[in-house]
Amino acid sequence: MGEMIKMVVVLTILSSLSGGVLAYVKESTQERIELQVLQLVKGPAIKAIFKDATNDPVADRFSIEDGDAKVDIFVAKIDGKDMVAFETAGKGYGGDVGLVVGIDVADDKIYGVGVTTHSETAGLGAKAKEDPKFAAQFAGVDIKGPIEVGNPINALSGATITSQAVCNAATQAGEIYGRLKPQIQEQLNAFK
Amino acid sequence: MAKSITHEFVKGLWEEVPPFRLVLGLCPVLGVTTKMQYGIGMGLATTFVLVCSNILVSMLRKAIPAKVRIACFIIIIATFVTLVELLMQAFAYPLFLQLGIFIPLIVVNCIVLGRAEAFASKNGIFLSVADGLGIGIGFTLSLAALGALREILGAGTLTLWEGIELVNLLHVFPGFHPFKFMVQAPGAFVCLGIMLCFMNMVGKK
Repeated sequence: MGEMIKMVVVLTILSSLSGGVLAYVKESTQERIELQVLQLVKGPAIKAIFKDATNDPVADRFSIEDGDAKVDIFVAKIDGKDMVAFETAGKGYGGDVGLVVGIDVADDKIYGVGVTTHSETAGLGAKAKEDPKFAAQFAGVDIKGPIEVGNPINALSGATITSQAVCNAATQAGEIYGRLKPQIQEQLNAFK
Repeated sequence: MAKSITHEFVKGLWEEVPPFRLVLGLCPVLGVTTKMQYGIGMGLATTFVLVCSNILVSMLRKAIPAKVRIACFIIIIATFVTLVELLMQAFAYPLFLQLGIFIPLIVVNCIVLGRAEAFASKNGIFLSVADGLGIGIGFTLSLAALGALREILGAGTLTLWEGIELVNLLHVFPGFHPFKFMVQAPGAFVCLGIMLCFMNMVGKK
């Protein structure tokens, strides 16, 4: 009986201590983690797309509710034109491929795209992020679609699934953009 | 006692180096070593968990009842793994993105539980720290070596840390074509097998 109580007591104390420590650490690192995601994942991709922007597209952002999800929308101004960018994802060979899609609000065409997070094979699928020629194909494509491998996007050699993932992410971005356009316009007007 | 701290530390570096001598904890060994830098990152994370859990298990070894010791070890290990995961997200986010699922999986890495059960629960704190550090550094070096071999063959580069490229064969020999097979899963088995073979050849002398 004594052993039984000891087991229960030891396990209870250990688990509660562990829970307490973790809750504290999670609380204190949360803000930093969010900042890291913004700076290191979305930030570079957004800055690469809008390299000619006259404002700071990472700082100028707002979020819109899309059903249950929250979409962070980044705003850039290039030659007086309004651009928006947000992130979507497509299913790749090694998991989700994150894609930031920059859209010209005036004519609903893609201004540029950039891959953010991925776990594709090094040297094959990973080229979607590293090879600027692949991403460059998306510029000027109509966001309403179709955005498919073969038309108008040429796949990366040896990485058809990754190429499809990126196209799917772009197509999805088109759907989200179509749904949220009125709200985006509203927010943009408020932004000026 | 015949056991010295130096002995416990050094044994992890060669005599009992985890992936090659003990052939333990192969899941991350095969999974993350597509680049040298990922091997190093994963090794350091595992070393941290290993040393911390060894310290705690060794401190609590008299208080933990024998019947629930495994459960207690797992709680301790899981706590440190979650800590590493959060800290890595906060301070080394690019590395976290690459190691991804393998960080939480340190919990079930049999090296960590194995050292807690086989060593730390029977020895004092200082010996346990030496053991954890030795095994951890041995593990890190093995992962780095395997990662280096696979990266140089499979991608033609050697990356020590994010942005620090030691060698790039593509620049040295423009005609070099990377052997892509090596950075994919089957290449991991082949490389590990070859390295095990060499370790055994050297060890037999």
